[in-house]
Amino acid sequence: MAEKKKPDLERREIPKQPPEVRRHNFFEVALGYTEELAVAEARRCIQCKKPQCVPSCPVEIDIPGFIAHIATGDFQEGVRVLKSRNCLPAVCGRVCPQEEQCEKTCALKKLGGTVAIGRLERFLADWEAARGAPEMPAIQGPTGKKVAVVGGGPAGLTVAGDLIQLGYAVTIYEALHRMGGVLVYGIPEFRLPKAIVNREVQYLQRLGVKLVTDFVVGKTRTIDSLLEEYDAIFVGSGAGLPWFMEIPGENLNGVYSANEYLTRLNLMKGYRFPEYHTPIKVHKRVAVVGGGNVAMDCARSALRLGAESRIVYRRSREELPARLEEVENAEEEGVIFEFLTLPIRYEGDASGWVRRMVCQRMRLGEPDASGRRSPIPIAGDETVFEVDAVVCAIGNSPNPLIGSTTPGLTLGKKGNIMADEATGSTSRAKIWAGGDVVTGAATVILAMGAGRKAARAMHEYLCGS
Amino acid sequence: MYKVIASRMIVPNVHVLTVEAPDVVRDMQPGQFVIIRAEEEGERIPLSVSDWDADRGTVTLVFLNIGSTTHRLARLEEGSGIPTVVGPLGNPAEIGLYGTVLCLAGCYGIGSLFPIARALKARGNRIITVLEARSSFLFYWEERFRQLSDKLVHITRDGTKGYKGHVGRLPEVIKALAEPVHRVIVNGCTFLLKRGSDATRPLGIPTTVSLNPIMIDGTGMCGVCRVSVGGVTRFACVHGPDFDGHQVDWPELLQRRKTYMAEEVVPLRTSRCEEHSLHAEETR
Ligand SMILES: Cc1cc2nc3c(=O)[nH]c(=O)nc-3n(C[C@H](O)[C@H](O)[C@H](O)COP(=O)(O)OP(=O)(O)OC[C@H]3O[C@@H](n4cnc5c(N)ncnc54)[C@H](O)[C@@H]3O)c2cc1C
Ligand SMILES: Cc1cc2nc3c(=O)[nH]c(=O)nc-3n(C[C@H](O)[C@H](O)[C@H](O)COP(=O)(O)OP(=O)(O)OC[C@H]3O[C@@H](n4cnc5c(N)ncnc54)[C@H](O)[C@@H]3O)c2cc1C
Ligand code: SF4
Ligand code: FES
Repeated sequence: MAEKKKPDLERREIPKQPPEVRRHNFFEVALGYTEELAVAEARRCIQCKKPQCVPSCPVEIDIPGFIAHIATGDFQEGVRVLKSRNCLPAVCGRVCPQEEQCEKTCALKKLGGTVAIGRLERFLADWEAARGAPEMPAIQGPTGKKVAVVGGGPAGLTVAGDLIQLGYAVTIYEALHRMGGVLVYGIPEFRLPKAIVNREVQYLQRLGVKLVTDFVVGKTRTIDSLLEEYDAIFVGSGAGLPWFMEIPGENLNGVYSANEYLTRLNLMKGYRFPEYHTPIKVHKRVAVVGGGNVAMDCARSALRLGAESRIVYRRSREELPARLEEVENAEEEGVIFEFLTLPIRYEGDASGWVRRMVCQRMRLGEPDASGRRSPIPIAGDETVFEVDAVVCAIGNSPNPLIGSTTPGLTLGKKGNIMADEATGSTSRAKIWAGGDVVTGAATVILAMGAGRKAARAMHEYLCGS
Repeated sequence: MYKVIASRMIVPNVHVLTVEAPDVVRDMQPGQFVIIRAEEEGERIPLSVSDWDADRGTVTLVFLNIGSTTHRLARLEEGSGIPTVVGPLGNPAEIGLYGTVLCLAGCYGIGSLFPIARALKARGNRIITVLEARSSFLFYWEERFRQLSDKLVHITRDGTKGYKGHVGRLPEVIKALAEPVHRVIVNGCTFLLKRGSDATRPLGIPTTVSLNPIMIDGTGMCGVCRVSVGGVTRFACVHGPDFDGHQVDWPELLQRRKTYMAEEVVPLRTSRCEEHSLHAEETR
């Protein structure tokens, strides 16, 4: 290493489509680092002896390790280090809440120059993809054992990828007509191009994973029926049941769940209607209720479809659970934010379409169980927004289908499957679970991490290693 | 791809489609439905199951050619394939021992009610079948119903067969029967479901309807299928599709079904040339 010098604190910005352009299209917002920018950014990493970023990454990627390879221009080696821990780097580099994880504990943060870990991760993944098909890993000899994976989201894809390499015959059963889970039906194209998800899915297919779509476990066949054929099952069915607020007027036309709105757009490609046949309404004034990533995605999608778009959130900006970068992107693009505001009813016109959203203004009180300051209604302070669509993005919980059709599977209060945090084992032998179906709506990297742990535990159980 | 085994128009605008989907029919029960896509870019639409053969692994659907997706389905030829058939979805119809059951059907419901009536008969109920249509030439599967029904009644708008008029004449039909009716089951378009329920409410006969709101996933994920029943919001795909017809909020359901009325006519007017060139551009 060169002699000690003052750290470079200038975080390299990632080139993006300008806000006034991107608010009219569905192409990806961030364009990615060039090689020069990536190398310059990587060189800023001071290669801590005891890196604090690593333990803050849920899958403990050797962050300084892959960054060092970028700094020296050895991208291939960087990819290898990265992928030994994270099988979906192109996805995580784009959607991880880095400011809450790896970048939160970066040594340069105090000095105001946090290394852009997520962007570097994305750079390596994209660099590899641009070179064509990824290197195929070694696949161990067949164990003769069969594993079924329920759900083709990040948790399920990870389990399948790990177990196929260990010599298992793996089949993924997915309810929808495409693999990818929230990555394909929820997160919009402008944040995570579907080509990236498809590439990961194709990779698994090349490794020999059998992909079965249009198969609803619990309906088409139950878990117990599958167990007659498989030696073990991993359940990664996510948290796909949308919540509504149960306030008057919620069934008016034009009131959507975030899942419906995003599914029409992303999975069914409604933004390309009528070429794709699923219709999506073109609205003039859309209000999105909620403050998480889901709400940001809905608000920014509505904007791109030409509407005036507003986020209605009951706490303040500080408590927004969405990734900071997405909040900033939304602000730049012109999404209007109404903080400390809670809808209490919707009013419609004679033909049953939503026209007005009546809201209660709030103030912040003491911190609640989540550690965030809780919103308290300000008596008598109401406000009304004219709207022609409302998207309810207040949360999801696991779909009860699998729980209710699998006797002996212990569930938590919100219908989540109870599973051991370290291994993913459930109350039933031969059944493991992980991802949002266990934790409730969380993050891609946590789902992936849970899949990793479960795959290891399943391997131990099946092959006693 | 799910292979099309048979496809034909059975009466004007109503088609019968048989598709190979062995996984889907393995545990199929009367009253359940499937969701299908007619092509890769296609919309997902729900269709009730009108018959199936678990040994051959085939499912039979009866549908009204009404919009863009059903239009495409209607053009399918034997031997071709469709990309999605998923199911069985929804809860099976309740097949209880009620006594005398009046099965009321019109339009595609004549097909979808058939397996329910068959199971109810096998369970030991007496079956009175009432079929409704605009004119006598729109009835189909009459032989099937004749075999399982203790009585078969027709209502036609133009009076060409049976009672003249529409389902509003149901109370007369019931009054003319020599026996009390213990339960009514209705399958068909939303108006038939509503009018059938309206007709039986004053008579106090429990009435089950198979609701048909707009759906996307059919698994409880999107919530577009929500209906108010007895003042409570239910997802028709997972809590239904069968509900108590006397508890359904009909004005809300009829309104919600119209959400995409304007958009749904667009694909019917779009020329295929435009579609093809756009598609070619984006899938380079
Ligand atoms: C709009 C949106 C934006 C988000 N943004 C971010 C973000 O920026 N960063 C981030 O880290 N996280 C984000 N998340 C959260 C993240 O996507 C999820 O935590 C993650 O996808 C969970 O992965 P999973 O594999 O557990 O479940 P999912 O991704 O939900 O996948 C579950 C799959 O199982 C299938 N399935 C369900 N039931 C059955 C059944 N009975 N039979 C067969 N298949 C079944 C489902 O169809 C689905 O494909 C976002 C979520 C949403 C909805
Ligand atoms: C559980 C369930 C089971 C169903 N089973 C069947 C079935 O077995 N056979 C069948 O033909 N249909 C059935 N339907 C209705 C069917 O799903 C729709 O007819 C279909 O989605 C129309 O798709 P499309 O693209 O062809 O028409 P679209 O373009 O979507 O619709 C065209 C226009 O017709 C209206 N419309 C659509 N369907 C109906 C209808 N049934 N009654 C009155 N107006 C309508 C729409 O609101 C729209 O304005 C069922 C629906 C549900 C929810
Ligand atoms: S996976 Fe997420 S937390 Fe881990 S290094 Fe990458 S961006 Fe950071
Ligand atoms: S169709 Fe999506 S929840 Fe019923």
